[in-house]
Amino acid sequence: MTSPSFPFGPVRSVAGTAVALNGDDIDTDRIIPARFLKCVTFEGLGEQVFADDRSERAGAHPLDRPEHRGARILLVNRNFGCGSSREHAPQALMRWGIRAVVGESFAEIFFGNCLALGIPCLQGSHDQIRALQALVEAQPATVFRLEVDTAGLHSDGGAAWPLELGPGPSQMLRSGQWDATGQLVAHDQELRDTAERLPYLNGFASA
Amino acid sequence: MSAGTLYDKVWEQHRVAELPGGSTQLFIGLHLIHEVTSPQAFAALRDLGLGVRHPERTVATVDHIVPTTSQARPFADSLAEQMLTTLERNCGEHGIPLHGLGSGRQGIVHVIAPELGLTQPGMTVACGDSHTSTHGAFGAIAFGIGTSQVRDVLASQSLSMNKLNVRRIWVDGQLQSGVYAKDLVLHIIRSLGVKGGVGFAYEFAGPAIDGFSMEERMTLCNMAIEGGARCGYVNPDATTFAYLQGRPFAPPAGLAWERAVAWWSSLSSGADAVFDDEVRFDAAQIAPTVTWGITPGQGIAVDEAVPTPDQLHADERPIAEEAYRYMDLRPGMPIVGLPVDVCFIGSCTNGRLSDLRAAAAVARGRQVAAGIRAFVVPGSEQVARAAEAEGLDQLFRAAGFEWREPGCSMCLAMNPDRLEGREISASSSNRNFKGRQGSASGRTLLMSPAMVAAAAVSGHVADVRKLLETPASRSLSPNPEAVLSAACPP
Repeated sequence: MTSPSFPFGPVRSVAGTAVALNGDDIDTDRIIPARFLKCVTFEGLGEQVFADDRSERAGAHPLDRPEHRGARILLVNRNFGCGSSREHAPQALMRWGIRAVVGESFAEIFFGNCLALGIPCLQGSHDQIRALQALVEAQPATVFRLEVDTAGLHSDGGAAWPLELGPGPSQMLRSGQWDATGQLVAHDQELRDTAERLPYLNGFASA
Repeated sequence: MSAGTLYDKVWEQHRVAELPGGSTQLFIGLHLIHEVTSPQAFAALRDLGLGVRHPERTVATVDHIVPTTSQARPFADSLAEQMLTTLERNCGEHGIPLHGLGSGRQGIVHVIAPELGLTQPGMTVACGDSHTSTHGAFGAIAFGIGTSQVRDVLASQSLSMNKLNVRRIWVDGQLQSGVYAKDLVLHIIRSLGVKGGVGFAYEFAGPAIDGFSMEERMTLCNMAIEGGARCGYVNPDATTFAYLQGRPFAPPAGLAWERAVAWWSSLSSGADAVFDDEVRFDAAQIAPTVTWGITPGQGIAVDEAVPTPDQLHADERPIAEEAYRYMDLRPGMPIVGLPVDVCFIGSCTNGRLSDLRAAAAVARGRQVAAGIRAFVVPGSEQVARAAEAEGLDQLFRAAGFEWREPGCSMCLAMNPDRLEGREISASSSNRNFKGRQGSASGRTLLMSPAMVAAAAVSGHVADVRKLLETPASRSLSPNPEAVLSAACPP
């Protein structure tokens, strides 16, 4: 498995082939089963992504098919990433090589976890996603380019799919501020002011 | 947009700043950590050269990986031991209080924070665990976060968040005998779907909720996330204040307590509050509910049959088909009578004293059916000691259940408790996802603790209402008072 470097700085576009995982409500226990959470680093999770689903399908799982090796864009259906908040799930996908997820909808915590890693999650309509999944299954060598700015997905065959990405996440990705820590820490005075006015942080000393 | 709700008021009080991307920097009043989702956050903090801004507002315990048989150190599983050692070292280095094994205060993070009085109305509560929604039972805004966000809270005691919409879930009436908060929440998720709550905070209100104990409210809020809602909450009231009074980290009696109650009361959603959406349920209409499939939304009343595809919305059919295959269930078959292999009572959903009492009321004087592995895992050391003081441990043991040490246990199988092969469990936990309980082909039926006990003594899924109507043949309880309290949960 070859994996490009992890996202760093502004994320403006993602280019590469795609892989489709069909089905609604794919939960994070399936993306990375709990037994692989027994670790103190995220290293090595890439090999364990969808471990049980892949083992059940004995080499026939989309992530194991040779034509999808090196895919960068994951195509999913509704409520992808529901369930456990484990960031191990997007970490495992990222370490397998995924750099963007395109789907009908996402569970909130999963969406936020992806954003915190610089992985855009874009939404499309049911029909768009089904068409994309069918295209990728029929022509797995299709190379796509996903533009964060316009939320557009373009194929090397000249087709284009307008997708959705909220202005906040879009701005954070393009500016490179998807990693919020720096901004949060910078508001030192505002943090002090907030702590001072919260009654429970001050022993309910004033009414 | 919602206005005047508890969610709006708590959000406003904790707003630190607006961030360039349009999100809000929200102050986090209470940060809970455990061994699974924190080690990488501490490592990231070290890489950034940052410290912990408010170590006194972070509290740690160990729950996911602890064995529930022997908790002697070092653990037999070296990876589990390494995770706990890492947590101990990180807490030690940063001055974070850790309620460890044998401290008398260890347990599942969502059980101990409420029972220690750490969780209070009006707080924002975050934890690297999706069931953090539990703490909303106190009128806190509580939600699960990922590890990058754990790092952010450690570094800044705040998070970049987007405001949710608020849906009020109004529940009229009263639950009938043999029907519990777990049944209500499984029913709500069945009705609204596992994605119905995405983008919403759920406010649970109405006469049924007003009449709920704090432990029932915790069960309800715990599973808001299973309906897609990142947080669920109940407005604080006299029940909330009575629960908190005198707990170790609650405000002390006197002026501080009076001011706290006044502030907490001021946060409740007002009569003029505006909600983005509202749904109503009638508690009296709800039956004991059991999941038959592979999502918490695939639930049915215990006296219903597994739905046939034509009874389902077209969108739900593909995952139902997947569920029939995985669960090896036929559409149209009754769920009552389905044999089970394992019965698990515990978890952050249903591992509290009232849950154990409700299960004990069913187990009392009965015997676990032959060939069934049944065990009870208290949610915390405090729950275990309180249950033992009532004789519940002996009652369960006499009925053929194992009585274990506190931890997450078989809810997620990051410890030695797990299903084997295609075993099927009756489980008081919160997720019936494929492989959730530790076997890639293991199957889970979610239900209330009393229903799990009913399954254990019947050997198959059974309607607990029938067992409660028929007294057990003989009493095995060693303690007459336990019999009384088990039969009449407060």
